[in-house]
Order: sequence, then C-alpha cells, then structure tokens
Amino acid sequence: MSRPVIETTPAPAATRVLTYAEALNEALREEMRRDPRVFVMGEDVAVWGGGGVFGVTRGLVEEFGPQRVRDTPISEEAIAALAVGAAVAGARPVAEFMYADFMGLAMEPIVNQAAKIRYMFGGKASVPVVFRAQEGAGRGNAAQHSQSLEAWFCHIPGLKVAVPSTPADAKGLLVSAIRDENPVVFLEHKILYNTKGPVPAGDVAIPMGVADCKRAGRDATFVGVHTMVHKALAAAEILAAEGIDLEVIDPRTLVPFDLDTIVASVRKTGRLVVGHEAYERCGIGAEIIAQVITAAFDALDAPPVRVCGENVPIPYNARLEAAALPQVEDIVAAVHQVVA
Amino acid sequence: MARKLAVALSPDQLQSMLRTMHMIRQFDLRALDLYREGAMRGSTHPYIGMEAVAVGACAALRPADRITSTHRGHGHCLAKGGDPRLMMAELLGKATGYCKGKGGSMHIADVEAGILGANGIVGGGIGLATGAALAAQLAGRDDVTLCFFGDGALNQGILHESANLAAIWKLPVVYICENNQYAMSARADKFTSVPDPEVRAKAYGFPGVSCDGMDVMAVYRTVADAVARARAGEGPSLVVCVTYRYFGHHVGDPLNYRDKAEVDAWKTKDPIDRFQADRLAAAVTQEIDAAVAFAKASPEPEVEALMEDVYA
Ligand SMILES: Cc1ncc(C[n+]2csc(CCOP(=O)(O)OP(=O)(O)O)c2C)c(N)n1
Ligand SMILES: [Mg+2]
Repeated sequence: MSRPVIETTPAPAATRVLTYAEALNEALREEMRRDPRVFVMGEDVAVWGGGGVFGVTRGLVEEFGPQRVRDTPISEEAIAALAVGAAVAGARPVAEFMYADFMGLAMEPIVNQAAKIRYMFGGKASVPVVFRAQEGAGRGNAAQHSQSLEAWFCHIPGLKVAVPSTPADAKGLLVSAIRDENPVVFLEHKILYNTKGPVPAGDVAIPMGVADCKRAGRDATFVGVHTMVHKALAAAEILAAEGIDLEVIDPRTLVPFDLDTIVASVRKTGRLVVGHEAYERCGIGAEIIAQVITAAFDALDAPPVRVCGENVPIPYNARLEAAALPQVEDIVAAVHQVVA
Repeated sequence: MARKLAVALSPDQLQSMLRTMHMIRQFDLRALDLYREGAMRGSTHPYIGMEAVAVGACAALRPADRITSTHRGHGHCLAKGGDPRLMMAELLGKATGYCKGKGGSMHIADVEAGILGANGIVGGGIGLATGAALAAQLAGRDDVTLCFFGDGALNQGILHESANLAAIWKLPVVYICENNQYAMSARADKFTSVPDPEVRAKAYGFPGVSCDGMDVMAVYRTVADAVARARAGEGPSLVVCVTYRYFGHHVGDPLNYRDKAEVDAWKTKDPIDRFQADRLAAAVTQEIDAAVAFAKASPEPEVEALMEDVYA
C-alpha cells in the first residue's frame, strides 16, 4: 500500500515529519509529562521491542517507569474494567488493546460501565479514560485481526470515538482524548502506522468534533475515515484528470460528529459519497448519510452512495482480502455514479 | 497404573509419534522459510520445541475425540491427523487449503477430524472445547475434548468460567496448558499469580497436574490418565506441560525479553532428540533384557566338558 504524505494546512515553523506511530508516541509522552495522573497499560506495551507491537509506546517505560507504563497479562476485560475504575477514582488511564478485535472481550466495562457511569450517577462522576486500539485490514491478518469496529462504539451513548487518518491528527486527537473528561475510544489503523506526515511540535490539541477538509473540490463530497481518506485522495487525482473535482472530508471523530462541515460541503457539491473499511451493513456510512439527508435533503442532486467493506469476515488470501475492501477504483466508480 | 497405559502403546504407535514430531518440526521450519520469502501473509507462530506436547497428548485420543487449538496450532493439527498438504495450501492462501484460503495459519480447522480450529483469540478455544464436551455428554457418547492453550491464556476470564462449568457438569474435557514460559514478552512466572498453574485446578475441585512437556511419554502418560477420567464420566482435569518455544513468538519478534543462554539450555532438552535417545535406549534395554533372559535360562556346562577344548 502507498505511504502518502498529506499536507492539509501549510506547515508552521516547528513542524517535523513523523510517522503516525511516532506522532501517537509523542502525544502519550507529552501528556504523561504534563499530567502525572496519566498512565498507560496493556499487553506488551513496555517490554516488547522497547514498547508496543507497533512501537506506539516505545521508550515510555524508560522515561516514566513500570508504574506508569504497565505490561498486563492477557486479560482484556480486566484491562478495560481496571481502567474504568481507575478513571472514576482519579487516575487518567490510557488502556491499549493490541487489536480492536480483542475489544470484544472488553465490551462489558466499556459499554455498560464507562459509557454510562456518569449518567447513571446523575452527573456526579467522570470517566476520563482512553481505550486505544488499532483496527483495519490489508496485511493478511484474517478475520479475527482485521476488522474495523468503530460502529460498535458509535452506537453507545456516553462514548466518544476518534479515528485519525494522518500523523498530525493522530497526535492532536490523542492529546484531546487524554484531556477529555469522558471515555474516548481511540481507533488507529494498522496500515497507517508507518505513513508519514508533518506534525506540529508542542501542545497541539485538535478538538473533538471538528472535521478536516483534506482536499477542496466543487463537484462531489467524499466523507470517509482512516485509509479511505487516502484512497479518496488517490481517487481525486484520477477524477481530476477527467475534470471531476472531488472534495475529501475527514470527520476525524465520529462522536462527536461535525455534521455542519459536511452539510456545508454537500450544499456546495450536491453529491455525497461516504466510505469506510468497516462492513457496510449498519456501518457509520449509513448514519452519516441519514444525518445529511435529514439536514439537507434539498441540497442533494443524486442519491448518496456508500463505498464500504463487504458484509463478510475479512479473508486471509490477498486477492479475496482486496476484494472485501473498498478500493480507489470503487470510489472513482461511486463518484461517477453520483455525478452522472 | 499410568505407566501401564504408556507401555500399552505399540512399537508402530511409538514410531508414528516420532514421525509426527519430525513432521511438525519440518512443517514449521518450512513455514518460516515460506513466510520469510513472502509466500505467506499475516503471521506464523512456530510450534518448534513444543512437539512433545501435541504429540503426547493426541496419542491418548481416539479418532472421534476432539481438540481445540490456538494461534500456534500447526502442531496440534498434525498430531490430531491433519493433512499437511491441506495445511500448507492454507498457509499459502490457496483454494485447496483447509479453509479455501480464507482462514490462513491461525484458523486451520478440520471439523471431521475433530480439529475444531486454531484460534486467533487467546483463550478463544477454551469455551468452545468445553461446549464440545457438553455436546458429547448430551449425545451420550464417551468422546473427550482436549483443549490446548498457552500460559498466556491462563489469565483470561473464560478459563475461570469454563472450568467451573466443566466441574459442576462433570464435562469430558481436558485443559492442556502449554507453559512455554512466555506470552509474547510476558514471562509466565511474572504474569501468573502462581509459579505452578496446575494448583488452580484445586479451586475448581478437579485434578491439576504438571508434566515435563519436553518428554513425549511423560505428556502421554499424564494426558492419558486425564482422558481416561473424562471418558469415565468423572469430569475435567488440568494438565500443565512445561515446555519452550525455540523461535520468536512470530517472525519479526524483537526477542529482547529473553537471552540466548536460556534458549540454548532448553535446546539441550530437545523433545525429538530425547524421544529418539529414549527409544534407542529402550531398544538396547530390550536387547540386553533378552540377553539376560537368555543367559539366565541357559544351562550350566556339564562336568564332562571340563577337559574339552584344551587342544585342537
Ligand atoms: C484476546 C487476545 N489478546 C491478545 C492477543 C495477542 N496475542 C496473540 S498470541 C499472544 C501471546 C499468547 O501467549 P500464550 O497463550 O502463552 O501462547 P504462546 O504464544 O506462548 O504459544 C498474544 C498476547 C490475541 N491474539 N488475543
Ligand atoms: Mg506461552
């Protein structure tokens, strides 16, 4: 897969090119320096290779010690539940799940405890916890290590959900997630860890609920997350050669969701394509389209189209896996359909 | 009594066990090559060093018995009679593979052969094995399910929930913990509350024992006892096999959490070398026994022979 460098806004002076993994590492490091209540726990986050299977927690145990950077046994439900308990009791945990798929084991504490405690307690508690995990396919990891599960969490009132697609967004959103008084499910994408991009140095929180226009265009609006942002930018180049100008918007967080930015774009283009790697059925694409139709039915010149993962477990074989995932050509075809 | 069961294995069975241990080792060495040359995707978890566990345990089974396996599953599959051709084709993602190329290394299964699947979820097979045992009980059959899992899975909640259920319902399941000392970088002795996890069985009221997982006959004897108990309707057992994985967790393991001296020390206990040496020694012992028997049974020379053989 290509490793795009995405420049959204002009790079300020103190900007370096970092990988997505390095940007996340920097966010954790800076927040741990800033706030002694922040700690990290998960499987293989400290010792393995100096920190994390994907290097996101690399070097943290050296700087902050094993009290604040804790390797755990393989006990996902306990990792999540202890994080919730610790958050209610005044700590600021960042709990890591090696693969988002394993969060299936941790749904109870996330869904029934973290998401609801504040509400059930009449607003008298807060649960400032971050549940980090990586999701997504493309590496032949097959059905139990490749899913994109953001929709599970978007469905649950009380959770916030972040899905950064670039190194800068990864850093800025993780900083905000850690500072948030609410539980945040922070979903990274395994294919993006080695992608590079400019990241401003220092304190650069990106607020939750602010979409980012990754490419301005006049003819159609694409809204998508993670790898789909990159695929849409590649599709936009192909479409540009045909004289079709695609606008690419990355919501960056799904809860809260920046509907205004997307509706404004649709009012300009009159056409909408949404995309995600996650299974199409009941995916966030359906929710986005529903919200846009409700808010701006009059602005749409064509029925919106989804470009999503097939409703099938992710297969191992490379050819089948590619066929299960939405590709650049699928985005091009969908845009052709809405502009026709 | 356990000894008697072990002795009951025929020379052919012993030979086939040795062959399967070699098969597992060569299969996984080849899988590592294929992975490194890019013919495989995802990850592959070699069973090399642990061959005695799968082979010794499955030697205690009948064809109708079942197993559940793990992410490190090639050894279990071969030991339960899996076809190496269909396994290899699956590793390469081919249509002829066990899962038609859809599963890959971590999901190889042969339900007909009683192999209820490798598993990508640590501990994922534990509840399934217990359920398979329930099905056998419901069907009034005396089939047993062996549930393989690693030391890392000892700390998944599902083990607690399943062990309790298996105990109260007297389910014919044998939990086989492959304690290969590590779960990725997590040392079993630091991440598990007790150094000898078999003691946990006590909390559920069923037997827990450990055995030398580098000694295929020790594994066989211990598991055969537990299987006999399960088959007799007396319920579950936990068997901890103390073993070691020679290679990294998977290709690309930084291996910064253990040193080479430790690996070398374990390699001196190699299960295949040991079984071969034991079998050779046993064969020689048999010959010596025969020699002794022959000697003992032989007549003493007659006194008449006293003056014979002085000159040609
Ligand atoms: C629920 C779950 N958590 C984490 C992982 C990632 N993972 C795969 S294998 C493994 C270590 C397993 O160790 P162990 O059970 O001892 O088996 P071994 O690899 O030593 O054979 C981990 C953490 C996983 N696959 N599933
Ligand atoms: Mg282990």
